[in-house]
Amino acid sequence: MKQYDSKFKWLILFPIVFYCLFLIVLPLLYIFIISFFQNDYYGGIIQVFTIKNYIQILDIVYLKVFLQSFLIAFITTIICICIAYPFSLFVSEKKSRYKSIFLMLVIIPFLTNSLIRTYGWIVLLRKEGLINTLLFQLHLIDEPLALMYNSLGIIIGMVYTLLPFMILPVYSAVDKLDRSMLEASSDLGASKWQRFIHVIIPETLPGLFNGSLMVFIPAIGYFFISDLLGGGKLMLLGNLIKNQFLVARNWPFGASVSIVLIIITFFLVKLYKKTGGKMDDLGGF
Amino acid sequence: MKKKKFLKNLFIGLVLFFLYLPILVLVLYSFNTSKLNILFEGFTLKWYLVLLENRSLLEALGNTLFVAVTSTLVSTIIGTISAIALKKYRFFGRSVLNELLYIPIVIPEIVLGIALLSIYTFFHIELGLHTLILSHIAFSLPFVVVSVRSVLNSLDPHLEEASSDLGASPIKTFFHITLPAVMPGVISGALLAFTLSLDDVVISYFTAGPGSNTLPLKIYSMIKTGITPDVNALSSLILLVVITILTLSTVIKIRQSGKEKAYE
Repeated sequence: MKQYDSKFKWLILFPIVFYCLFLIVLPLLYIFIISFFQNDYYGGIIQVFTIKNYIQILDIVYLKVFLQSFLIAFITTIICICIAYPFSLFVSEKKSRYKSIFLMLVIIPFLTNSLIRTYGWIVLLRKEGLINTLLFQLHLIDEPLALMYNSLGIIIGMVYTLLPFMILPVYSAVDKLDRSMLEASSDLGASKWQRFIHVIIPETLPGLFNGSLMVFIPAIGYFFISDLLGGGKLMLLGNLIKNQFLVARNWPFGASVSIVLIIITFFLVKLYKKTGGKMDDLGGF
Repeated sequence: MKKKKFLKNLFIGLVLFFLYLPILVLVLYSFNTSKLNILFEGFTLKWYLVLLENRSLLEALGNTLFVAVTSTLVSTIIGTISAIALKKYRFFGRSVLNELLYIPIVIPEIVLGIALLSIYTFFHIELGLHTLILSHIAFSLPFVVVSVRSVLNSLDPHLEEASSDLGASPIKTFFHITLPAVMPGVISGALLAFTLSLDDVVISYFTAGPGSNTLPLKIYSMIKTGITPDVNALSSLILLVVITILTLSTVIKIRQSGKEKAYE
């Protein structure tokens, strides 16, 4: 009976072990290995050990890509916080029926294709687009504003696409706030601002970090937004990796950039855990 | 006090306006007689008819749905069984397995995309619908595991014991006790997997082959070469389906919670 049980156990665990091995461990291990190989001029890989790919990252051209990418991701995260935090606070004060309606209204656009929505922004933002036409007709501007094909366009697109990832965890943290604790703090004479800084912010910090992680990390890699709304002028890490794999066909270098990105991600996740965040809360909504 | 409330409502309204603005624009232009999307010239339904004849767009839609349904089914079945097994059994490597499952959730999609592309190339697997399905399983399975596990953790551990004490076989216990109890987690995990698959651009971009274009990839290439209003028409129809399903599910939920309150 005991032996039957153990066989049954491994039979049940087989798919997940197989999955982890072939769709997570092996692909990432392979990327790690080729990041130490050389490339030839025909897009192939030569199996000779080198650390040249990692040294190449330190080139000023690529450091600039890292810097630009992190700056855009950082600004996107901050703007998302500034929108999502008050939004969540205000919605959480509503009656429970309205709460679920507002939350559903946040989720609906996110269920339609993100590329279609990005295209909607192009229609709005381009030179002869809706916003410029409208402003021109109202005689508010003489010349069309440059709303896209620059970093402004990228940031608008990133904030728009990633905002729900910030709203959902922040809202669930804000909504869980202990009302009696808030009342106690104001009964004890805390002003609104004191209450906000000493009670609300610390209590919702894990939700805030959760949202920031779910916004910051994708913002580094969403190459299609900088392609479409940035007009390919501004290179982000996502574009760099994509180009190395599909255009320049220098897989070892693309792999080394990816490995650095993974290390940075793990560092951010560690930080999230340190602030009391739970792994199971990530991406679960 | 009233003014404050008004300002708060205004803020909520502005955020929602921001979220719906590009969608409204697309729906509006799907009824525009002009092809060039700049000025609204007149109302027409012709783009909805044109859509019916756009073979490649409909084929991409078909691929998207096929990949989404298949990968969601596989992810949900494996994910549910695995979440239960990972909680129930103690074995060597269990904690490593648990940690590994977080990787696809946290690492940038592009890294998973190129890693999968590389390994397919390494094993000489030709790219096509099968690699697309496999890749979608790769990123959606962990979400199902997490979703099922969150329900499992709130479950009474003695439930299964009671069932086996009463003489039920492990399989019977699974189908009659455990599975119904974790069903809410299974459903929300499946829905998440399905929407992630429908919307995926980044990983599909690297793992789709010629002839396995999905809707996001098709639209991506169309935006670069010039989009036609029948894409707007298709987007409007998809939006209509999504809103209908969500409204129905919310109405059912509100009614159910209303009933529960009536019992209390």
